[in-house]
Amino acid sequence: MSTRQFGERVQRNEDDRLIRGQGRFVDDIPLEGALHGAFVRSPHPHARIVSIDTSAAAAYPGVHKVYTHEDLGPLDVLMPLLIPHPCITHGRTQYPLAHGEVFYGGQAVAFVVADDRYTAEDAAALVDVRYEPLPVEIDIERATEGGAPLVHSDVPNNVAAQFVQRSGDAEAAFAKADHITSIRVQVDRSTAAPMECLATAARWDEVSGELTVWAATQTPIGLRGALSSLFELDENYVRVIAPDVGGGFGPKILFPYSNEIMVPLAARELHRPVKWIEDRGENFVNMSQERTQIHYIDLAATSDGRVIGLRDRFIHDTGAFIPYGIAVAQVASTSIASSYRIPNIEVEFSCVYTPTVPVTPYRGCGRPHANFAIERAMDQLAQELGIDRFEIRRRNFIPPEEFPYAREGLIFADGLPVKMDSGEYDRCLTALEEALDVPAFRAEQEAARAQGRILGLGMAFYVEGTGLGPYEGGQVRVHPITGKIFVNTGLTTQGQGHKTTWAQIVADQMGVDSSEVIVVEGDTGVFDWGCATFASRSAVVAGNAIHKTAIKARQMVLQVAANMLEAGPDDLDLADGRVFVRGSGDRGATLAEVATMSNPLRYAFNKAAASATQFAAAASSDGPPLPDGKRPGIEAQEYFSPPHATWAYGAHGAIIEIDPVTCNIDVRKYICVHDCGKMINPLIIEGQVAGGVAQGFGGAFYEHLDYGTDGVLKNASFMEFLMPYATEVPDMTIIHQETPSPINPLGVKGIGEAGTIPVPSTIASAVDDALASMGAPPVRSVPLSPAAIFAAMQASTVPA
Amino acid sequence: MKPSAFRYVVPADLQSAVHARAANYDSAVLSGGQSLIPTMNFRLSHPDVVIDLRLLDELDYVRTDPSYVRVGAMTRQRTLEFDDSAYRANPLIRQTLQNVAHPVIRNRGTVGGSLAHADPAAELPCLITTLRGELVAHGLDGPRKIPAADFFQFIFTTALEPDELLVEAAFPVLDPGEGWAFCEFARRHGDFALSAVACTVKIGPGGAIQRARLGACGIASTPVVLAECEALLVGNKPSEELFAEVARQAVSSIEATDEPEAQRRYRRHLLDGLVRRALEQAIQRTGARV
Amino acid sequence: MSTDTSSMRAVAGDYEVDDLVAVTMTVNGTAVEAKIPARMLLSDFLRHELRLTGTHVGCEHGVCGACTVHLGGRPTRSCLTLAVQADGCEIRTVEGLADFDGTLHPVQQSFRECHALQCGFCTPGFMMSVAGLLEEGIGNDLSDSELREHLAGNLCRCTGYQNIVAATRKAIDLRDGKEG
Ligand SMILES: Cc1cc2nc3c(=O)[nH]c(=O)nc-3n(C[C@H](O)[C@H](O)[C@H](O)COP(=O)(O)OP(=O)(O)OC[C@H]3O[C@@H](n4cnc5c(N)ncnc54)[C@H](O)[C@@H]3O)c2cc1C
Ligand code: FES
Ligand code: FES
Repeated sequence: MSTRQFGERVQRNEDDRLIRGQGRFVDDIPLEGALHGAFVRSPHPHARIVSIDTSAAAAYPGVHKVYTHEDLGPLDVLMPLLIPHPCITHGRTQYPLAHGEVFYGGQAVAFVVADDRYTAEDAAALVDVRYEPLPVEIDIERATEGGAPLVHSDVPNNVAAQFVQRSGDAEAAFAKADHITSIRVQVDRSTAAPMECLATAARWDEVSGELTVWAATQTPIGLRGALSSLFELDENYVRVIAPDVGGGFGPKILFPYSNEIMVPLAARELHRPVKWIEDRGENFVNMSQERTQIHYIDLAATSDGRVIGLRDRFIHDTGAFIPYGIAVAQVASTSIASSYRIPNIEVEFSCVYTPTVPVTPYRGCGRPHANFAIERAMDQLAQELGIDRFEIRRRNFIPPEEFPYAREGLIFADGLPVKMDSGEYDRCLTALEEALDVPAFRAEQEAARAQGRILGLGMAFYVEGTGLGPYEGGQVRVHPITGKIFVNTGLTTQGQGHKTTWAQIVADQMGVDSSEVIVVEGDTGVFDWGCATFASRSAVVAGNAIHKTAIKARQMVLQVAANMLEAGPDDLDLADGRVFVRGSGDRGATLAEVATMSNPLRYAFNKAAASATQFAAAASSDGPPLPDGKRPGIEAQEYFSPPHATWAYGAHGAIIEIDPVTCNIDVRKYICVHDCGKMINPLIIEGQVAGGVAQGFGGAFYEHLDYGTDGVLKNASFMEFLMPYATEVPDMTIIHQETPSPINPLGVKGIGEAGTIPVPSTIASAVDDALASMGAPPVRSVPLSPAAIFAAMQASTVPA
Repeated sequence: MKPSAFRYVVPADLQSAVHARAANYDSAVLSGGQSLIPTMNFRLSHPDVVIDLRLLDELDYVRTDPSYVRVGAMTRQRTLEFDDSAYRANPLIRQTLQNVAHPVIRNRGTVGGSLAHADPAAELPCLITTLRGELVAHGLDGPRKIPAADFFQFIFTTALEPDELLVEAAFPVLDPGEGWAFCEFARRHGDFALSAVACTVKIGPGGAIQRARLGACGIASTPVVLAECEALLVGNKPSEELFAEVARQAVSSIEATDEPEAQRRYRRHLLDGLVRRALEQAIQRTGARV
Repeated sequence: MSTDTSSMRAVAGDYEVDDLVAVTMTVNGTAVEAKIPARMLLSDFLRHELRLTGTHVGCEHGVCGACTVHLGGRPTRSCLTLAVQADGCEIRTVEGLADFDGTLHPVQQSFRECHALQCGFCTPGFMMSVAGLLEEGIGNDLSDSELREHLAGNLCRCTGYQNIVAATRKAIDLRDGKEG
């Protein structure tokens, strides 16, 4: 009997290729005779294009074509607003190549195709674009005031969308509150910066007329839909493949990017494969970004610290366009009450245009912002009411028995009401409190203070609505020749280890080792029903789809084998790649034999086929070889559509030391307690959490896109955008808690984004605690920096 | 991010390198490439001619004599870092180098390249300036010695003439018992310094400071010798009060920039602290007490 | 080749903008000859001319370390090296880490066992840096923060580094013949 692999720390199936240097990322795909593209991008945040002269570039040796919007024909159309919402009153999207006006520094203006990237860059520098700069306002609050320069001249006050949601009666709650606390918090612009930038390669097959696109995308199926509609091709003539993808973290969910249109177009017109590989400089001004929000949050509480009402008004920076709709703002607005009961909520947001790179989801997607707002407010409430930070949260947690807990009136990003499915919040917080050993820390803090050292303890709680629909599918096939098991989904993987986790799920049903299950994803030529990898949804939605599929495939195996072995399906079991009659020793058949047997049309071309033919007599019946309603082969396909999101949660805590000279933070202890329901593979989950914390820590203390007041991005390189190295990321302890989700068969919840969400809140809370004795003002914005910490120390009311 | 095209010249010896340099006004000298190639990849620089010094083995040496650790310009930073004779003669060199970028960059980056690049936040220029070291340039007229204080003129600007190459850097050795320290803060490990302070101190027979050298980088358009601070130190016994006074003095050497007020204040605070730390560490290494 | 070099006595090479430069090097033990433009980066030469695409490119300005290869035995940024600078040199890339019979190098083994990679994009560069540290003789007596200082210089966006630190320790043990 094979051991159960679900829940085990199974080593990854994807690693062998990757550690041998045999990964296949887009730029690694060998395309004989490929041409290379380079974009001409706007250096101005906002300008009118006076003229474009491409003649020098076009004449440059090695250049095949220089495109401007005039060369696009029917493709010279506005790109789609992918997720419309009635509240988007002024939705604006861009053209593949700019039309008379540019709206952010980095916007694509022209596209050069040449023999190689070196030549393409030479020629791009020769494209002569004359601009007439226009005024800009990049402060999102001032941008909404009358008289501010407009990003789009026909969008008043730069407001793209405005939305109010209510649950209960906030007004009444505030009227009867004993205590009201109000704060303003801000999160600033950042970028996901996956190690592999964007990349697109395309080839048109002259014989079949088929377009193949390789893209560093999180959604090949979505991109295929866009391409077939833009290029007016039947879907089966467009194949989109996301090969190995070097990290995604959100921005690779957006499609189509200009390159995803220009590269296939050029490949078609020039009759050559074309590649465009984004470089790091471009990535800072082309790939979508995220994070800027300003929240004004008020809590209405009773004198014993129970929050009875929450009001939040926030401004969300959507950049120059809003291609992904209000997703980020909507997730923030529906996550704002977090783990707390708070029965009366009113949350309102405006999405504001700024002349900056467009904003679409980045790991956390509005949740880190909302978490920062609510957790900062809870800390302040605790402080004002003289209640301990842990205790005030306990008093407000939704207790386990109240699940499912609905927030009537709030609609989540999946278009469904907010309904939290399960959780044991108090147990989780207690685990954190114990791991931090708060009393011991207080003593240490006291002693350290006497030596002029500054220690602080921070904590934050978070929830995450994960596993959003609409659906995903899975396919499981047993290969009739080799007996190998193939699994397909419509997703992609950018490092999450799907080739391993899906294999574990299937292996348990099929009685094989997970290393023997072959998962193929990210190729519309293989499986093309489904959505994409985002919103911590893969394990929940695709995982369950695959689980259902595997059960079905198992049943098929048992059916066929029952005929072959003349036994009832219930007497059979699967293990070690065989199906056998329980308790009978060796009466059984290999999966290859069963798969071969299940296909009536066969030749004895190999051993499995030859031995399968021996069962032919037993299997024969009076009817046709393939009876009505039966299908050949062991091949199952199933889908899973969650009723609504499933809510993961956790608590983070940090003990930090602030160096009084450098004002740098040293994280001496970092603890994450998390609950993502049933764990498929703790090894992979810990990796997701650790990576998420690192990214969150970057966002809390290091990473900031520095747009000047002139709208120009001043730190578009890894020299100046401070992505942390190993020396800057703290060591961390991860504590697992498992509360199964009741709304899916595997009981799983998402984990992909969790690590990132509460880190800024935790670090801010720790800094507050460290500087509290000096009377420093509390942290109200992230990312922090040594200079910001120094400023807080300077503003202290008590001398250090 | 690919370099633009250039004429590529590979001199086989110093003499021809100097000639190539003299003959090509818009040329770039390529040694380790760890500063030049990034700027070429960004197309922030696009030299017509690149003169690659890779064959000039004659400039790859570390020689220690009683007064100086003499380092050929083409010596890799990592080679100098690991050189034991240099370490014995002046341990501050190794400590300083460990703050320069990352091992993989130092494997390739040269001592000459770092000095000729003259980044105002770079560590090696700060060290050689603080130590009153000496640089040797070589042009059509032969070699020429340049005191470090005269070599660094402005951001990315040195006293090298268009026909000159940097061929050697001479770092003074430390006296027996002399204390030393290099204190830096960079936001990420291996980044250029936000500020850094290099320091040596020698205690005289009576316990007073007999000689002090103190310099900083990241605070002006060149590395800076904090001469007034040195003057305050000499003749006095080390004490916290003295160091505080020296630190206050150091802060007044920060060059004004257009950075925001908060950042400016922070810089002053940082330099103040780094100076005190460097002095404490250096004194500790002399075996004396504060 | 330009002709106005008469005044220079010893010029090993002088190539006009459009000239190709002949180079020879040994890559993963195999001799390689090629004629390339002087401006071609070593990273592009390895990836696109030699089709050794295991070496990745993440920034092309020296910060991320994804492009790290061994040049003359020392870990080097291939994006900050012109291929012509490697003329006459030995190069080792991630494809040359494992033995010819496929046996994994200790650093490959430890990266897999410790789940030190997710998307795998930074991994070849990281492994080449760590392989260099192993050859320099780095030991497990280092504290975690010292070890992290040796690993700074390579960026990873996926793992949060924790498992890379663990994998480095494990690789040191494997090098030293200690059971991991
Ligand atoms: C990620 C990263 C981080 C870094 N961090 C730091 C850091 O913290 N501190 C630091 O100091 N440096 C840092 N550096 C720069 C590094 O130290 C470089 O190696 C050094 O600045 C230049 O040395 P090089 O040999 O590479 O010179 P090159 O890049 O080849 O040349 C640099 C400049 O000097 C000129 N030049 C070179 N040699 C000579 C010569 N002999 N005569 C005349 N001119 C010459 C060149 O023309 C060029 O203008 C970093 C680099 C990178 C990529
Ligand atoms: S690609 Fe070479 S260091 Fe990033
Ligand atoms: S594993 Fe993805 S960047 Fe390191």
